[in-house]
Amino acid sequence: MTARRPTLAVWKFASCDGCQLSLLDCEDELLPLAGTVEIAHFLEASSAVVNGPYDLSLVEGSITVPSDIERISQVRAASRRLVTIGACATAGGIQALRNFADAPEMAAVVYARPDYVRTLSTSTPISAHVPVDLELRGCPVDKGQLLEVISAFLAERRPDIPSYSVCVECKQRGNVCVMVRDGVPCLGPVTHAGCGALCPAYARGCYGCFGPMDSANMPSLLATFRACGVGDDGIERMLHTYNAWAEPFRSALDDEVDSR
Amino acid sequence: MGDAVHPRPAVISRADLPALVDAIRAQGYALLGPTVRDGTIQLGELGALEDLPIGWGDEQSPGSYRLHRRGHARLFGWAVGPGSWKQMLFPSRERMWSADRTDDGFVIRTDDTDAAQAARKVAFFGVRPCELAAIAVQDRVFVHGAVPDRSYSARRERALVVAVDCGEPSGTCFCVSMGTGPSTGPGYDLALTELDDERGHRFLARGGTDIGAQLVRGVPHRDADARDHAAADAVIASATARMGRQLDTTDLPALLERTLESPRWDDVAQRCLTCANCTLVCPTCFCSDWVEVADLSGDHVERWRRWASCFTLAFSTVHGGTVRASARSRYRQWLTHKLGTWWDQFGTSGCVGCGRCITWCPVGIDLTEEVRALRELDRPGAAP
Ligand code: SF4
Ligand code: SF4
Ligand code: SF4
Ligand code: SF4
Repeated sequence: MTARRPTLAVWKFASCDGCQLSLLDCEDELLPLAGTVEIAHFLEASSAVVNGPYDLSLVEGSITVPSDIERISQVRAASRRLVTIGACATAGGIQALRNFADAPEMAAVVYARPDYVRTLSTSTPISAHVPVDLELRGCPVDKGQLLEVISAFLAERRPDIPSYSVCVECKQRGNVCVMVRDGVPCLGPVTHAGCGALCPAYARGCYGCFGPMDSANMPSLLATFRACGVGDDGIERMLHTYNAWAEPFRSALDDEVDSR
Repeated sequence: MGDAVHPRPAVISRADLPALVDAIRAQGYALLGPTVRDGTIQLGELGALEDLPIGWGDEQSPGSYRLHRRGHARLFGWAVGPGSWKQMLFPSRERMWSADRTDDGFVIRTDDTDAAQAARKVAFFGVRPCELAAIAVQDRVFVHGAVPDRSYSARRERALVVAVDCGEPSGTCFCVSMGTGPSTGPGYDLALTELDDERGHRFLARGGTDIGAQLVRGVPHRDADARDHAAADAVIASATARMGRQLDTTDLPALLERTLESPRWDDVAQRCLTCANCTLVCPTCFCSDWVEVADLSGDHVERWRRWASCFTLAFSTVHGGTVRASARSRYRQWLTHKLGTWWDQFGTSGCVGCGRCITWCPVGIDLTEEVRALRELDRPGAAP
């Protein structure tokens, strides 16, 4: 180990804090972590703030208000490595549903005084604004993957974060495929691994929390969903969740309708 | 285990079959076999003979599997499910070794729990003919290769194989085409044929090794007569006639070699999700990733092996990029290896005709259909 402990910062943008909580949830591992890295900025865990530069910044949340744009470039400038954690920071999150609609109109429906709200018309991932070293998927992130990223960073090696489908984990875990056994639509074949195929283990189709896998074939899977009796509405509901703004989830339905 | 021939098949009645299981247990074997779990027939620890899928059958077609009750109480009236014996011999995730930092260096440990598992004597009870053939295919990779795999070999050596002929093939079976079933080929310790007719519910038993023959001798039985043999032949003939699928294997490696640019690969690439299910359920696929993990302190590291698949981008990623970026190239790699270049590499086909890749493909891609289409397009005068 080097004499100086590397500094870790955790930053929050538009998000629910769930991913930061995943980090706090690593109870057994946090103690050694605190001995290995200096937690320099982590409002969720302590109120002491150390000014940069930081060796590793974990960024949660998406860019939704004008001041975010300024702040994320400051964070980037102060960070040697920047890793986004979770669907919000990586894909814009559930709040990116506004990107498909009229944001001012939505604000008018939700807030009593929409004129008090200063917001961007879109929710965008961090990578739309600054260069990102790694994007960790999930809503929320998997704590094992989070620790793997930090361990890899400390050892200066490439983290083991496979970008293949959830199906690979599903089979490794010994789940029975719900599409084949029950005819239940499952986003697993187009979804990035990382959760360990949690939902299929409980006989449910994958919801796509980890966003698109590295070579997702949307038209083929959606055609099979239709054969299972899922219509346009159902497909839209399945795709319009935490990773709705991530391609190819974003335009899958349009592309499919266009090609018909 | 000797290779002695045991030519005197015996008949064990259904009522006496529990004695066979007891005899296997008495030899110190843990019993693994098929059982109904999560709506499918899967492999796991068997408590008693009653844990077998008694009276169950399966309906399988491309991308679909359903269990149903049959109108009888046969023990083996079904075809293979999603799991295979591969998971017992070559587990999906396995720690190969670990290492700890010490004051003056590091120590490597290989004496893990996995080794203890590997040392266990297990009986594979109810191995279907195609699965027996698949085990032989993997043996060529893991045991008879230049560098035998330590943990696979250890498990394999301690496995007792009780095979059972097939009487009820599924809609995706094609062992007849591949020459692996529905009657049991070589490599078993004991092989059974389930007979259920006017002479009663019984099993024709053949020892393939001394251990197998001894087991039969140790339980109540009688010598098989000509009518038992005729009944067994009828079971096989009926299963042979009811194969769900067919694959014309004539000159298959050569066909694949000359159709590498066939438009059919583009066609299948449109449907293929590159999800890897077909490779993971395939009982002969042997590829693995080797992954190092370290704890946060960096003082403890482990090396794990886990199932990999040629359908993933990572599989062919080398310095500078991915070699097989398109779905077309990945599906083609899989099929041409399985049915073609496997012969060059190991002297056999890589496919035993179990049909799992067809049933468990979420979009129902059927390799027998793909080969048929490649052949069609290859015919002189076929439209491109
Ligand atoms: S249940 Fe879903 S994730 Fe699992 S193998 Fe089937 S399609 Fe893939
Ligand atoms: S492929 Fe043949 S041996 Fe295998 S389960 Fe089907 S009928 Fe039995
Ligand atoms: S390629 Fe398909 S049919 Fe052939 S052995 Fe593998 S899973 Fe079975
Ligand atoms: S053939 Fe089927 S199971 Fe195999 S990768 Fe393609 S879609 Fe997945």
